[in-house]
Amino acid sequence: MAGYGDVKLLRDDGLRLDGRKIDEMRPVTIEAGILPAADGSAMVTHGLNVAVAAVYGPMEAHPRKIQRQDRAVIDVRYNMAPFSTSDRIRPGFNRRSREISKVTAEALESVVLVERYPRSKIRVEIEILAAEAGTRCVGLTAAAVALADAGIPMRDLIVGVASGKVEGTVVLDLDKAEDNYGQADLPVGILPNTGEVAFLQMDGDLSPEEFNLAMEYNFKAAAEIHLVMVDALKRRYEGGEN
Amino acid sequence: MSNGQNGAELRLVTPGMAIGPSSGMRVGSGALAQNDTIIATRLGWVKQLNNTVSVDPINSAYMPRSGDLIVATVAEVRNNLWFMNVNGPFQGLLPMSLAPWKVEFGAARQHMGIGDVVLARVQEVDECHNVVLTMKGVGLRRLNQGSVHSVPITHIERLRGEGNATIQRLREACDCRIIVGENGRVWVDGDAEGIAWARQAIDLVQTSGHKKTFEAELSALENNAPKNGDA
Repeated sequence: MAGYGDVKLLRDDGLRLDGRKIDEMRPVTIEAGILPAADGSAMVTHGLNVAVAAVYGPMEAHPRKIQRQDRAVIDVRYNMAPFSTSDRIRPGFNRRSREISKVTAEALESVVLVERYPRSKIRVEIEILAAEAGTRCVGLTAAAVALADAGIPMRDLIVGVASGKVEGTVVLDLDKAEDNYGQADLPVGILPNTGEVAFLQMDGDLSPEEFNLAMEYNFKAAAEIHLVMVDALKRRYEGGEN
Repeated sequence: MSNGQNGAELRLVTPGMAIGPSSGMRVGSGALAQNDTIIATRLGWVKQLNNTVSVDPINSAYMPRSGDLIVATVAEVRNNLWFMNVNGPFQGLLPMSLAPWKVEFGAARQHMGIGDVVLARVQEVDECHNVVLTMKGVGLRRLNQGSVHSVPITHIERLRGEGNATIQRLREACDCRIIVGENGRVWVDGDAEGIAWARQAIDLVQTSGHKKTFEAELSALENNAPKNGDA
């Protein structure tokens, strides 16, 4: 499998089209506490991606049929704004956003101490304002920072990051062209302190060796993004004395 | 607040961050023992007191406790009880037997409807987190006037001050009645100017309650209080 047509994604000097090395990720900036109405919020820019996450609750779960007697439910709504891509996206839920909402909720449930709030609901809203490949990972990172900002107890800060394969080469953090015309995409949710994987999806084919290399890149990038997440949370409360 | 650290620099931790080894230490709230290490589960300040390590969260949801005085709003009305929003993960239940009026079965709606605000006390919280409220007690009543504001749960002590000194200062500065509920809701009643000023003070607690500059900022705001302006 050689991708679609003759789209060239790696330069002759081994760098990628945007000048990055194969194991280099796009620049990441994070700001916590940007929405005054939310209990916790965050904005993440990752390359040209912009994601905003807001957390409300824990609150009484409605409708009552969704309540769990022994734990809280995490209600995630992932949505791409109509203006987030060059082609207008039809507003509202679609198959893709439902899938991403579900996998994000399951990833977050594995880190949030949901048993602390039985019968309640934690609402997580993820809005993608600008998209350039890897939005589910950026949304997951934003949700983790917003949850921490809201004071929700968690085992770790989950980091979303992706690697993939273009022209037979494993690369870290695919951009739009690499995502569209590459051979594989491996988005994961990593718990940087414990090294656990809370979420993993794979699109395309990777050999076991390529998979291991992609995961190695992902862990390295997750450690870097984790530092930015911690810094964002600390910056939000700098000057504090409790 | 020193939190028993006696001048030691307070450490801000994020969820998952290692606080220290778990051997010989007890794990308090906001922390978890994992593989011989104590890790933080919340964003907050590390507190160590009598061999117990805990994290004082910067943000937290209100967890009702028996005896708490709270400002609650009616969320649902049934024939013989009200479901109250207590600003927490669980709704509170106010049965008509614990209301201050003699309520006939089916007449609950005539006394309080959705959105009404009350000053109530938490009567009981069981192990399943069922919260029962009461309005039987001195001062517990429906709040018919004034306005309700919110402050983070973790900043309530800051708003009250030592021995209620800060809240008393605010009451005198704006000449308003102010009641601080344990659930982070603050009821303010007085003239419009006073309420507007109190709202500024409450917003200040919300934005700067965790900062060292809070006292200075509050004093500066006090100089612009309506009562000072009139004098």
